[in-house]
Amino acid sequence: MSEKTIFELSSPGRQGVRFPAPDVTPAELPDESLIRADLPLPELAEVDVIRHFTALSKLNYCVDSGLYPLGSCTMKYNPRINEDMARLPGFAFTHPLQPIETIQGSLALMFQMQEWLKEISGFEGVTLEPAAGAQGELVGVLIIRAYHQSRGDTKRTKILIPDSAHGTNPATSAMSGFEVLPVPSDARGNVDLEALKAVCDDTLAGLMLTNPNTLGLFDEHVLELIDIVHKAGGLVYGDGANLNAIMGVVRPGDLGIDVMHFNLHKTFSTPHGGGGPGSGPVGVAKHLVDFLPDPVVGIIEDATEEMPPLYGFVTPAKTIGRIKSFAGHFGVIVRAYTYVLMHGAEGLRDISEMAVLNANYLLSKIRHAYTLPYNRTCMHEFVLEGVWPDVADVHALDIAKRLMDYDYHPPTNYFPLIVHEALMIEPTETESKQTLDAFAETLLKIAEEAHTTPELLKEAPHKTPIGRVDEVRAARDLVLCCWIPEEPVK
Amino acid sequence: MFTPHTETEKKEMLNAIGVQKLADLFQDVPAKYRFPHLNLPDPLTEMEVAAEVGHFASANESTRDLVSFLGAGAYHHYIPAAVDSLLRRGEFFTAYTPYQPEISQGTLQAIFEYQSLIAALTGMDVSNASHYDGATAAAEAVIMAYHNFRGKRPRMVLSPSLNPQYRATLRTYTQGYNLDLVGDGKDADLFAGPDGLISLIDNNTALVMVQYPDFFGRVYDYTQLAKKAHEMGALVCVAINPTALGLFKSPGEMGADIVIGEGQPLGIPLSFGGPYLGIFAVRKEFARKISGRLVGESVDSRGNRAFVLTLTAREQHIRREKASSNICSNQGLMALASTIYMSLLGKQGFRQMAELCYHKAHYAAEKLAAIPGYSLCFNSIYFHEFVVCCPKPVAEINEHLLEHGIIGGFDLSEEYPSLPNHMLLAVTEMNSREEIDLLCEVLAEVSHE
Repeated sequence: MSEKTIFELSSPGRQGVRFPAPDVTPAELPDESLIRADLPLPELAEVDVIRHFTALSKLNYCVDSGLYPLGSCTMKYNPRINEDMARLPGFAFTHPLQPIETIQGSLALMFQMQEWLKEISGFEGVTLEPAAGAQGELVGVLIIRAYHQSRGDTKRTKILIPDSAHGTNPATSAMSGFEVLPVPSDARGNVDLEALKAVCDDTLAGLMLTNPNTLGLFDEHVLELIDIVHKAGGLVYGDGANLNAIMGVVRPGDLGIDVMHFNLHKTFSTPHGGGGPGSGPVGVAKHLVDFLPDPVVGIIEDATEEMPPLYGFVTPAKTIGRIKSFAGHFGVIVRAYTYVLMHGAEGLRDISEMAVLNANYLLSKIRHAYTLPYNRTCMHEFVLEGVWPDVADVHALDIAKRLMDYDYHPPTNYFPLIVHEALMIEPTETESKQTLDAFAETLLKIAEEAHTTPELLKEAPHKTPIGRVDEVRAARDLVLCCWIPEEPVK
Repeated sequence: MFTPHTETEKKEMLNAIGVQKLADLFQDVPAKYRFPHLNLPDPLTEMEVAAEVGHFASANESTRDLVSFLGAGAYHHYIPAAVDSLLRRGEFFTAYTPYQPEISQGTLQAIFEYQSLIAALTGMDVSNASHYDGATAAAEAVIMAYHNFRGKRPRMVLSPSLNPQYRATLRTYTQGYNLDLVGDGKDADLFAGPDGLISLIDNNTALVMVQYPDFFGRVYDYTQLAKKAHEMGALVCVAINPTALGLFKSPGEMGADIVIGEGQPLGIPLSFGGPYLGIFAVRKEFARKISGRLVGESVDSRGNRAFVLTLTAREQHIRREKASSNICSNQGLMALASTIYMSLLGKQGFRQMAELCYHKAHYAAEKLAAIPGYSLCFNSIYFHEFVVCCPKPVAEINEHLLEHGIIGGFDLSEEYPSLPNHMLLAVTEMNSREEIDLLCEVLAEVSHE
């Protein structure tokens, strides 16, 4: 069974919203060669629209329905107060180009958020502008590029990326005009220091470090690693996607990391929205503050005894330039601000401690039934091999699909690439012991099914709204639109 | 605050793990830097937070408190109540990217419908699932064009009346490329229209990018420009305001290869600049060159229609450093908002709204131009924005307007030094005749002072 599309539901003559008649004398329309003959939008009543999207929503799994153990994605609970705050009329109906004296509330909130992120991460400067983690990465790598260029150090063309780093890192570096070189991990899941030293020379621009890495492990030689890169003249980029493990535990800036992005939609509880919007602020050490994108929020007139400071937009001295329209995903920033305000220092540390406790607890319950490639205390997530030597036919994908029959969202699978048939599990701190116990039981049951009734896994899922989708057909016979396009008008 | 653990449970869990205390889990963190003191305010309860954040919101003066004629890339439109009511369903906003199609058909079908609506509106064949905003979509269009010619055509011709923020953003994005960006220098002729760009198109040109309506609100037919660009083998990208497409002919009809734009006017609140929606659509021969997420139709193992993320082999997580973009999200919830908005307005409502903007803007422009000291800068067809030449610097005029509760138009002097004393005004369905009359009254006062 499938829900009709909005075009299939259209009934000529219907209209969901009406507008008032013009209160001015209508102007003459321009020549008809410029006017649109037909606007092929669907026609529905408001109730049709409400029922259609309500029906669609019921086909989704979401954090509100249950555990979402997607490694690297930090699918924690999204507090409802965040939603209310972002929708306050003073925020939601404010134009980004208004005179600054009319938007001091927004600017003050952004300034405060910059200050808090600096404090949480140990950096000297923060921009809230990047739209998502991947754009934060782009900003970070462009800052590294601008830094070397500003010193006339133009031969640094190489970015190192450990094989346990996040998947976007190579694309980001290439997009910024760098050559990408992988660095292998050692047997304990750390960056292999000998291999690192071998590729550090005067062409090194930087290294992109995910720490904790995508194996869920905190690099045991992180200080030494950063030192090696710095001694070669390179900078260290920190992928902050895994910040949820270390808030109040350690500050990346203190470790010597030069630049890092935050994911407000992971660590700071803003909703993922079915794929976005995210928000990817970037923090930098002192020597990079001048390179931040345009604009940052600053104080343009200091406070006096009678008056609060005047906040405004400021262009950093050696800025890499503007990276999007206006000044960031403000609505997302308000949600994250609300979240930090509810937690304070102790609350943030509690988040990370409970995230790490949950991951280790879950691991302790299931480790005897699955292969664990790196036997160490994990941080907020861990990686298993979703395969057993005695049932060669069952793969990580089958385990993932079978979990849906038990009403769980599957873990991230087939990533990181360095683990065979990887299942990457991140329970997050908002799950209770009872939820984890039930999930562990299910994982154990599936391990048993894999041995006794493997076809249950191979054919899974059985209880979802639809079965496994023919992805090959989707990519081969491209249908990306409700109708097959005709020959485009020349 | 949102961690459900009791002290007893924590102890049980630590026991199961086989450690004494929480700190034992963090032994890999260098001891010297472990557990720093963070200087943050004390935690507040929800009740206190609501009040505290509310103070910041009330320190702003919003378009609800003031009369606004500000556009320049973000627009004040009516958002039907049903939009937010649906967006607040947890099934939509607390879901992740729909990588698992079996339990994500809601998001997938909504994106498929979004792609279809954008294709219908722009007259293109294929839309992606969205980029971050109009500016980043513009940057991605340049990068797509660059890769389309395998880097062999470094020239990109940019209209000087393409949104300045788009031009700045695409320059930042492409600083690692060796591009020849031309057409939008400080000396560019702002009155020349599309014809002014034709002489710049050579056989090293990958892309010509124009805006429709342009940054000054002018509506040009780009058919001839597209024809000339195609003769030279270049691609044409048109940056749109979707609202205008309710009334004016689509860029697809003019021969555009790529259409990008800011989707914020489609039911997304101004929200001080974001999150917005980057529209990105192409003709079908470029479907496999588009960056960002795409949803395609297929069938499931039970033989039913099903939707799934497709052509993922182009994307960063598979192609890694060979991918042309690192984007790995889309503006999912904003795309959903626009899908609901377009469905609610539909064929007739969308046209009504576009015409309202047109009529009110023309009423305002004509009335303003009749005030001594003021005149319309351009003598072109325009939609809902227009440029007024004022008797005084715009900053000064806007200060005066604000005293009367009016947010004036965008001051063009900074981005366009050749347009001192020029103000870009936007009028939408939200502006009543009384508001426009008040604007004119105050402007008349200003010119007398």
